[in-house]
Parts: sequence; C-alpha cells; structure tokens
Amino acid sequence: MKATTEMAKPESQRKAFDVKKIRKDFPVLAQKVHGKALVYLDNGATSQKPQAVIDTLNRYYTAENSNIHRGVHYLSERATAAYEAAREKIRSFINAARTQEIIFVRGTTEAINLVAQSYGRTFLKSGDEIVISAMEHHSNIVPWQMLCQQVGARLRVIPISHDGEVVVEEYRALLNDRTRFVSITHVSNALGTIVSVKEIVTLAHERGIPVLVDGAQAVPHLRVDVQDLGCDFYAFSGHKLFGPTGIGVLYGRSELLERMPPYQGGGDMISLVTFEKTHYNVLPYKFEAGTPHIAGVIGLGAALDYLDGLDWQQLAEHEHDLISYATEQLEKVAGLRIIGTAREKAGVLSFVFEQIHAHDVGTILDQEGVAVRAGHHCAMPVMQRFGVPATTRASFAFYNTREEIDILVSGLQKVKKVFGHV
Amino acid sequence: MSELDELYQEVILDHNKSPRNFRAMGDANRKAEGYNPLCGDQVTVYVKFEDGIIKDISFQGSGCAISKASASMMTSALKGKTEAQAQELFENVHGMLTGESNQQQGRNEVGKLAILSGVCKFPARVKCASLAWHTVNSALHGQAEAASTE
Repeated sequence: MKATTEMAKPESQRKAFDVKKIRKDFPVLAQKVHGKALVYLDNGATSQKPQAVIDTLNRYYTAENSNIHRGVHYLSERATAAYEAAREKIRSFINAARTQEIIFVRGTTEAINLVAQSYGRTFLKSGDEIVISAMEHHSNIVPWQMLCQQVGARLRVIPISHDGEVVVEEYRALLNDRTRFVSITHVSNALGTIVSVKEIVTLAHERGIPVLVDGAQAVPHLRVDVQDLGCDFYAFSGHKLFGPTGIGVLYGRSELLERMPPYQGGGDMISLVTFEKTHYNVLPYKFEAGTPHIAGVIGLGAALDYLDGLDWQQLAEHEHDLISYATEQLEKVAGLRIIGTAREKAGVLSFVFEQIHAHDVGTILDQEGVAVRAGHHCAMPVMQRFGVPATTRASFAFYNTREEIDILVSGLQKVKKVFGHV
Repeated sequence: MSELDELYQEVILDHNKSPRNFRAMGDANRKAEGYNPLCGDQVTVYVKFEDGIIKDISFQGSGCAISKASASMMTSALKGKTEAQAQELFENVHGMLTGESNQQQGRNEVGKLAILSGVCKFPARVKCASLAWHTVNSALHGQAEAASTE
C-alpha cells in the first residue's frame, strides 16, 4: 500500500499534509449554510466525496453505462472491466488474499445480514451462542437477534468499561463450547473506541469460532489488513469511505464463502438454471444476485484511487492531531462531559451537557454552520450503558482542520449562552 | 428576533427548566406513551378524564428542551378542557407547528401556545414539539383499557 512506501521515505522527502489543498478536492465543503462557512463534522454518518469520485460517476453514466457480465458489446465489456478492476482495488486496499473474496453489497448492514442469514442459518442451531459487544451499532445487533429467533440461538454481550473499552477478560469468560460466532465492531460509531480486533480474533480462533468485524467506522481512518487481523469476515460501506452511497463490501475468507449458500437468488449468481435444479455461480458472483450498483462500485474504486494518492502516514498524524486537539478543547468547556474515553480512538468525539439535550445542541450548532449528529447514533444500548438519552457526536475526516474545531467550540459556548449557562 | 431566538424563547427555556405537571399520576384513567425512534425522545402522558373533562393531566419522560417545554405547556393548556376542545387545540397546534395553517390565524387559535410557532422554521424539530400532542391524542382515543389494567 501507498503508506508503506511513503513511510520508507526519509523525513526530508515527505511533503507536509496540506489540508487546505485537500479541501479543494471536496467541492461540498466550500459552501455556506445559514450564512456561515460549513463545518462538516458528521463524517461518521457519511463522508463527503472528492471531485474525482463525482467525475467518475458522471463519466460512467455519460459514456460507459451498460450492464455487466452479459453483453458481448463494447460498452458492456468496458463496464465489466471497470467493475472488476474496482474489485481488485478493494482487495488490495484491505489486503485480502483473493479477489473472489470481495463481495459487493449495499453497505455494512447488508453485509452483516448476508453472513447472519447465509452462514448463520446453515451452521447455527438451537442452543448455540453468538457473541457481540455492548457497543455495537444496531446493524450488528439486530441481524443476530433475527438469526437467534430463527434458529433458537442465544445472543451474548461482552460488557464494556466506563471508558468504552471491551473488557477482554469478560470476553474470554463468555467464550464456551456453545459459542459458534463472534461479531464485533472495529471502531465504535458512538464512542470512537478502536477495538483490539486481533486479540478478539485470536481468542475466538483458539476455539475454532469464526469472527466478523464491522469495519464501517474503521476503514476511513485506519489501514486495514484483513489477513493480519485474521478475521473471517470484514464489512464496510463505500459512502463512509468517500465513495457513493448504496455500495458496500463484504470480505469473507473463501473457505467459508464456498461452504455458504447464496443469500439471494436471481441473475448473475447462477451458472445454469432449469426448472429441476439451479447450479450456482462461483465466488464472488454466487453472492451478487441481480444487476449490482455498477456505478457505485466504479465510484468506490475512484475513491480508493484518490486515497491511494494520499500519504496515509501523514493522514493518520493529521487525524490524530485533530482528535487530540478537539478532546483537549472540549475538556475545557465547563459542564461538558466526553462519552467514550478509550486509550485508542479514531474519528469520533461524543459528548453531553448535564442540562442541555443533544438535539438542542445540534440545532444551535447548525445555525453556526456546524454539522454534527445528535441522537443515539443507532446504538441505543451504548446510550443506556452510559445513562444518557443521546449524545452530540462530532466525527472527523482528514479534510477537517483545527480551525473548524475552534468554530465547534465557540458554537458550544453559544449553546451555553442560549440556555443561560454562561 | 433571529429564528434561533424565536425557537428558544425565555418562556420555552423556563418550561424546559421547570416543567409544569411533570409527575406520574397514580389515579389516571387514561395513559399513553410516546416515542420518537429517530432521536430517542420518550414521553408518558397521564390523564384523569371525568365527566367528559380533562380533570388532571401530567407527563414524564426525557427529551430536548423543545419536547419538554411543549409537553409542559400542553398540560397547562389542556387542564379543564373537554375532549372536543382538546381535539380542536391539537389540530390547531399541529397546523401551527408544521406551518400548514396561516401563521396569524394559527396564533390566535392556540393562545399562549403560539410561543411554539418558531418551531415550524426548523423542520427537523417539528416532531420534538408534536410528540406530547400525539401522545395525549392516543391517550384520549382508546387507551382507556391499557391505562385501567395498570
């Protein structure tokens, strides 16, 4: 990957991370809302798209649009080649061993549902246990609850500490002879905690238990190597990774994918259909029924090309500086409490005021041009764990700046002023 | 007045800080729970409905300043009203919050509740202000059985 070569360069040859220049690549950032410069701090919900991605989508629909894997004509061959080239880019991006292990889905949610239904309904039975953590997004809870209802399995939950970290000893204690699956987030969308996934995987694999990692919040911030993590499945969404909405990726180890039945039936996932019997297609097509989101896949490929052009070492340093600076500044705001104080965090700062609801904070910040998320972040059990109804969440991308954090902080002072807490 | 100042007027902040009728009611004969799954706001409305009149009304729950103030003002406004009067007020308030009714006309019909009219400029917050109203509506319509079993 790019970052490896960049890291090898002597210090003097590395260019400084020019965030002003990078911001020019994201046209949406250069606008005003409510008469103020937009400060976009809702990247955990969705990221903005570089011009390169927007141009790619435009070019695809303008000059290349065609269906894939079935046309003998020129456009179809071009679209197919671009679609499959994107699959290879994704393989390389997460360092999967084989291109056929990359399956295109709508997003992280669909990826998890695919595994729960295809793997889960085939290999889990009554009395089996599935382990998740207490800081999962609803999309890594509900598909497993649905599976539990279908097969009579039981959901077990690893508690988290007051800092928002997975308690590894509790996890170890939960694993037993009935545990058949572990599904865990890589980075918490509500707290920002980076989970030591490698350790989780190692402990599960000692007992032969497969592990799915929800990487939706991790891939925009961390360099992910699925072979190094050792996980069996890895799921993420394109739209949080500077690509289009409606496209996501499920990585699965081919040994497991080969043994799993298709998730949906339709075109492209078959090799032969008669009314007596249907023969399924090989990987990855077995799991890609129907015409896929071709433009989305090609757009996601363009996002990865864009990311490949950045120095990930510098990007990581810039993001680390942003979150450290933001933490430091928010801690100075009287009456504000940060929720999620794990040692290793990425991209997310969640906080509450004692007397002011997150929704009111969100509305007042919006009037200052600052876009944040206010609510339970589709992680209601996390809110319950910390005894708060909702939090305000500022979530960062590499195009954010220290100046924007200063605007956030002065916006928070405005919130306090409106509520008479100054 | 800016749109933001109009939303967070002194009266609203006061109702948020010291909500009126903010308590459970042991002898309520109508009760309903309201929930906004988008933001997690939750409210329980208790009504003592006797002789066709709302004799007493209270609420409990958690939510933003707008939802709390709206629920607080609602309880004050509905006490002593008949079901038909409550229904009429619900419709007028709803029209005002969503901006569907004529601004001035809407204000005249809802009295003190007109202070909430600033909400219509904030589409994302309309549900916060209308949650308690939808809840009392379901309490008055057919929630008697649910309340009486408790």
